[in-house]
Amino acid sequence: MNAESMIPNHNAVTDTTINAMLQLADDNLIMGHRCSEWCGHGPILEQDIALTNIALDFVGQARNFYQYAATILQQMPNEKALALVDFDMVPEQITEDSLACLRDAGAFKNHLLVELPNGDWAQTMLKIFFFSAYRFYLFQLLQKNTDTQLAGIAEKSIKEVQYHLKWSSEWVIRLGDGTDESKNRILKAMDTLWPYAGELFGPAKYELECYQLESIAFETLRVNWLEKVNQIFEMATLPAQSFTQWHQSGGKQGIHTEYLGYILAEMQFLPRTFPNATW
Amino acid sequence: MDTTMLFAQFQKKIDQDIKIEPQDWMPDEYRKTLIRQISQHAHSEVVGMLPEGNWITRAPSLRRKAILLAKVQDEAGHGLYLYSAAETLGITRDEMYQQLHSGKAKYSSIFNYPTISWADMGAIGWLVDGAAIMNQVPLSRCSYGPYARAMVRICKEESFHQRQGFEILLTLSKGTKAQRKICQDAINRWWWPSLMMFGPTDNDSPHTAQSMLWKIKRFTNDELRQKFVDVCAEQVKFLGMTLPDKDLKWNEERQHYDFGPINWEEFWNVVKGNGPCNKERLATRVQAWEDGAWVRDAALAYEEKKAVRQYRYDAENENTKMPVS
Repeated sequence: MNAESMIPNHNAVTDTTINAMLQLADDNLIMGHRCSEWCGHGPILEQDIALTNIALDFVGQARNFYQYAATILQQMPNEKALALVDFDMVPEQITEDSLACLRDAGAFKNHLLVELPNGDWAQTMLKIFFFSAYRFYLFQLLQKNTDTQLAGIAEKSIKEVQYHLKWSSEWVIRLGDGTDESKNRILKAMDTLWPYAGELFGPAKYELECYQLESIAFETLRVNWLEKVNQIFEMATLPAQSFTQWHQSGGKQGIHTEYLGYILAEMQFLPRTFPNATW
Repeated sequence: MDTTMLFAQFQKKIDQDIKIEPQDWMPDEYRKTLIRQISQHAHSEVVGMLPEGNWITRAPSLRRKAILLAKVQDEAGHGLYLYSAAETLGITRDEMYQQLHSGKAKYSSIFNYPTISWADMGAIGWLVDGAAIMNQVPLSRCSYGPYARAMVRICKEESFHQRQGFEILLTLSKGTKAQRKICQDAINRWWWPSLMMFGPTDNDSPHTAQSMLWKIKRFTNDELRQKFVDVCAEQVKFLGMTLPDKDLKWNEERQHYDFGPINWEEFWNVVKGNGPCNKERLATRVQAWEDGAWVRDAALAYEEKKAVRQYRYDAENENTKMPVS
């Protein structure tokens, strides 16, 4: 595909699209990072392979979103492009890698949920389940977006998301309806993660604009998501859940947990130590 | 029972290059040798995930991160085929894990060296995977069918791994001064341990003669090592780097490269558990296994519950179909 055909057909290529692409990409990148921490440490070799594969899917999706953002930015006058992205080290060229590695925590827009530590297998499974269910319903909507590039990435990714959702649902059921210990662990994971689930359904202005959605669509998304969660929880013999008023938030505005800084310190150290080197 | 006939038939098959399959009669020693070798190979793949997995979260670009993830995932897949191949000889995967965790079974000593810079990802691909391929290509013609077939698939993936490793180094070699420095440093640290991967010299390798007679092995350790040195001595020129051996020199008469003495004291020490990362690698595997116990228990308990439910459901449905007398 040539670069020009990747530009959205509508004229209003603004920071809206860039912000939304970074939000999607950051979610994917940090999910991929956390999942990849399991590589070589999984409880069962087959599951180690499955989780590494999921990490690879997340990184792959992150690359698609970053590359799309980079392509749009590369078409603009450099000054304008740099004004749209909160780089704290000015890159020689805006690429998927400079977007991933030359922005600091305050510029990252991922949900807080994805940056939380892996915890045990139960917490990781529940996190992937929550995130994949959210992404499944979101990408169903994004597939219909008039921005063909965004719609295309959503369409391609949803096949992977479906598998992640199936795989993690099966684990939630297995752990919930397995032994007393596994049930206790998934309940504990539930306590840890639930305060971070609500943020998934509080869209930023740039999301609504770029996704061409009214806020009611996110409300529907939330209802569908909760229904899916409770359907799986019922099969897992876990108690039904509902949303309370209060939940943690801030990720989309760049206000993160303490964990993100450590993730970025690890992830970004090489490109920042050797600026403008080719790898 | 007189096994002379069976031995003779077995050796005849081997001599005719007919594969031995799991259901065939085989001498106990052949079975034992293969279990030892295949499980050691499987363990090497799984322990080998750790030194490289170490750099996934720090890979310097998204492309490199994706490639490294795929590569380490391949290693896990190789472990899986190899454990399955060993299981055809009558040992379970759990038994093999126990042998690894207790220290009874070995894995390739190379993975007891630390990966301390990004360039190590390149050096492992080029040298470690390169040495592994040298060893493994002949194994795809090994007399034991399941092992030979597993090796065919593994070798294809390994050759991709080797190319990506060389490409990492090639990129570094064309990079900044700092990048060239870590490139040379990685080659310096991985070269000699890679030569040791071929095992002791033929004089000190007690199993070689028997393994060659049984066509488990097709070449001796020293033959393969020489082949590896010859290839690498040429390839390193493309990198504009050097191999850390002042005695490395083309020998016109032998039509091979001469190379310096290997530090066998270091080799045997690492084998015995005194390498820089032996304790850590094994402890990491043991911990992953122990931390995963409750997960495996839960999966098993759930499968049992599901089976009971299915049984009850079937029984009930069966009852409703029964004619009421």
